[in-house]
Amino acid sequence: MTAFLIRARRHVGFLLGTALLVLFVGTAVVSLFWTPFPVDELRMRFKLLPSSPHNLLGTDHLGRDVLSRIMVGAQTSITVGLISVALGMSFGVALGAWAAARGGWVDEALSRTSDLIFAFPAVLIAILITSVLGASARNAILAIAIFNIPVFARVTRGAALAMWSRDFVRAASALGQGPFGITWHHVLPNIASVLIVQATIQFAVAILAEAGLSYLGLGAQPPVPSWGRMLRDAQTYIFQAPGLALWPGLAVAMAVLGLNMLGDGLRDLLDPRLRLLRVG
Amino acid sequence: MLEFLSRRFAAALVTLVLATVVVFAVVEVLPGDPALVMLGIDARPDTLAALRAKHGFDQPVLLRYLRWIGGLLSFDLGNSHAYGTPVAKLIGDRLAVTLPLGVLALSWALLVAIPLGVFAAWKHGTAGDWGVMGFTQIGISIPNFWFGIVLVLVFAVTWQVFPSGGFPGWRQDLPGSIKALILPALSLSLGEIAILTRVTRSAMLDTLREDYIRTAKAKGAPEHIVLFHHALRNAMIPVTTVAGLIAGFLVAGAVIIESVFRLPGVGQLVYDSINNRDLIVIKNVVILFTILVLAVNLLVDLTYALLDPRPRVAT
Repeated sequence: MTAFLIRARRHVGFLLGTALLVLFVGTAVVSLFWTPFPVDELRMRFKLLPSSPHNLLGTDHLGRDVLSRIMVGAQTSITVGLISVALGMSFGVALGAWAAARGGWVDEALSRTSDLIFAFPAVLIAILITSVLGASARNAILAIAIFNIPVFARVTRGAALAMWSRDFVRAASALGQGPFGITWHHVLPNIASVLIVQATIQFAVAILAEAGLSYLGLGAQPPVPSWGRMLRDAQTYIFQAPGLALWPGLAVAMAVLGLNMLGDGLRDLLDPRLRLLRVG
Repeated sequence: MLEFLSRRFAAALVTLVLATVVVFAVVEVLPGDPALVMLGIDARPDTLAALRAKHGFDQPVLLRYLRWIGGLLSFDLGNSHAYGTPVAKLIGDRLAVTLPLGVLALSWALLVAIPLGVFAAWKHGTAGDWGVMGFTQIGISIPNFWFGIVLVLVFAVTWQVFPSGGFPGWRQDLPGSIKALILPALSLSLGEIAILTRVTRSAMLDTLREDYIRTAKAKGAPEHIVLFHHALRNAMIPVTTVAGLIAGFLVAGAVIIESVFRLPGVGQLVYDSINNRDLIVIKNVVILFTILVLAVNLLVDLTYALLDPRPRVAT
């Protein structure tokens, strides 16, 4: 662990990524207790104001404080990102580990299914699901979780297969431990670092997807602030208040950049030979 | 060679059939009553019944599925619920915007990414390499639709050299139409440039380590010949694969970008159909996208086989 920390302190990308992530999560946490203005306070007299000491990032078309809404928007991003990645990861890891342990037709069937899901662009799956089930944050989470399943299933299967051919796993098998026990006690702990790195990257992808969906009006519904929807609203007033369109996008970009840098940094630090799946 | 391709073609066909099952299930079976989805919960019973009869929703599921597949095979996709026009014509008109947009974005991405990736590999470990990698890191992190909005801010609001959105139509105004696609193509290609640059760089780094490159250098071949003639040709194999994968995502990315620039393309059609709850259009467009993605992947396999003889035997 200390060796890890010593190397981590020298890895610029890892440090920058951590700093951005702290800023991102910190903003969301602070916004739970405090924002400069009440997040839904409508003050039509003060609409579309530019940045000023009073409203640091200006106000939107309903006179709401943009900084406050961006702070609360971080909560939405984190909630959607965390839950969808956690869901996708639980199912994906379980399926991938199962495929690796069982082999044969289970492996074949699962691999083909994940190929099928990969053939559909993720945004389309999300659009299809939300268009049928209705637009809401919950359905956006579901949609993003579904395209995360094959990503984790593939990564887990690949890494777990490599473990199954190792001597200590064979030894456990010879001692009479069943496939479930071996997966739980020997395979999963040894591929945890791969999964952590992939989860970080998928978190970034999920935030981008959430922003895209809510930009299309398929994510969190008003009045819940979300960065994507703020961009959609801002675009309507792009000639009157150009600044409005900058901040929410910058927030998305910084959060995603932080997670990507952290993921790449973790990969370098944990296992430089790792290759990541990057599926948008 | 022929066996390799026919096997790939069969696999793509199986995927496509499975995809039609999934899409049909999601759109017509999952919601229970598609007529209710299309008209909303306030619809009167007789209107609902009329719509069910009109689109055949009252028939058995299997029959409806087979009828849809039959329609797909004969290009009769039914009529749009919202527009009343044939879906095939609706999609055809919109493809005239989306296909050029996608081709423009992909060409631009390849044009920028390949030299950038070769440069980064050539200058491996130097400031130039770091600069390129930093750029790609930012490129994958920026939402492409936000990049589009920023381009509008700069080139349409501030400098007013490009339109902020809209599309005049190929027949009405050809130069204007091309101009209208430039900012959208630029924003669509940002992430693809980043990914393709990375792939080119790492593929070049792999090939530059090969013995035959050392041989080429040893016999005194000029650096640009080694880079572009000897190394890049082999490095193009992974680049082609990823470019093919990306082509599919470009089509999907078009949904958001067309919405940003108010382009009347297929993406915008999807968006409008969601708002109109036009399930008939949605299911056909999704299948069309799937066919496009599969076709591009097949095309990639074909180029693959031409670029590198090994996978023909390996599969």
